[in-house]
Amino acid sequence: MIVVPIKEESDIVHARAAAKDVARKLGFGLVDQTRISTAVSELARNIYLYAGEGEVHIEEHPDSHRGIRVTFIDNGPGIDDVELALKDGWSSTKAMGKGLPGAKRLTDHMEINTQPGHGTTVTIEKWLAQ
Amino acid sequence: MLENTPIPILKLKDFLLVSIQIDLHDRMAQQLQQDILERISQTQAKGVLIDISALEMVDSFMGRTLADTARMASTLDAEIVIVGMQPAVAITLVELGLPLGGVRTAINLDEGYELLQESLKEKASEKQGIEEESEEEEADDSGSD
Repeated sequence: MIVVPIKEESDIVHARAAAKDVARKLGFGLVDQTRISTAVSELARNIYLYAGEGEVHIEEHPDSHRGIRVTFIDNGPGIDDVELALKDGWSSTKAMGKGLPGAKRLTDHMEINTQPGHGTTVTIEKWLAQ
Repeated sequence: MLENTPIPILKLKDFLLVSIQIDLHDRMAQQLQQDILERISQTQAKGVLIDISALEMVDSFMGRTLADTARMASTLDAEIVIVGMQPAVAITLVELGLPLGGVRTAINLDEGYELLQESLKEKASEKQGIEEESEEEEADDSGSD
């Protein structure tokens, strides 16, 4: 597993580059590599914008699905209304509101665990075609 | 204070040429936007070609920065053409929900240059048309006196 700490803006670039590298090694094609690195960029930026710092964990999918799993962990303010945060164009800051819904569309699976005041963990998965 | 971007902005006759060869973090993208607008104002450039063929991904921040830059440039009477977007990037941008609406794009530098030349000619002939019309109006006015 690769751990990329997110503390400053340039770490977003490191996270997306690392995810693309892992995706390529796992055998994803160029379009899927681009989908994965873009989704990672959006979610790593969310850590930086909303929590200030956190970690991105990149790993090969451990279970039945072959593919990649990326987990975004922070101890920030959490998300009050996940359903609302998943709506296109909704943003609690002046960001575009493309982060969560965009990342969801670019991946095969997304899971959000959050508690207001206790941080957020977002997991995304992209599976290799069987 | 923003950091300097290591991205040169070259002047070529009426146009500027920018080639983004490295993955930019957000503040660098914003700095580049500012640099481009300043160069437009300094040089009175009529168009800007932004080559993104080396970019392996454009996320919502970069996409919005490019679209904003194009809108800002047009208020300075300069047109921006985004050149050389990789197909995988185009697919991902649309899936992300961020089609670059209103931004002119071209497949390569040659096509982008042609686009700018054509739109410069169109603008020139429109301007000429307006001048001729107002001259005719002036002539009409003096005739009716």
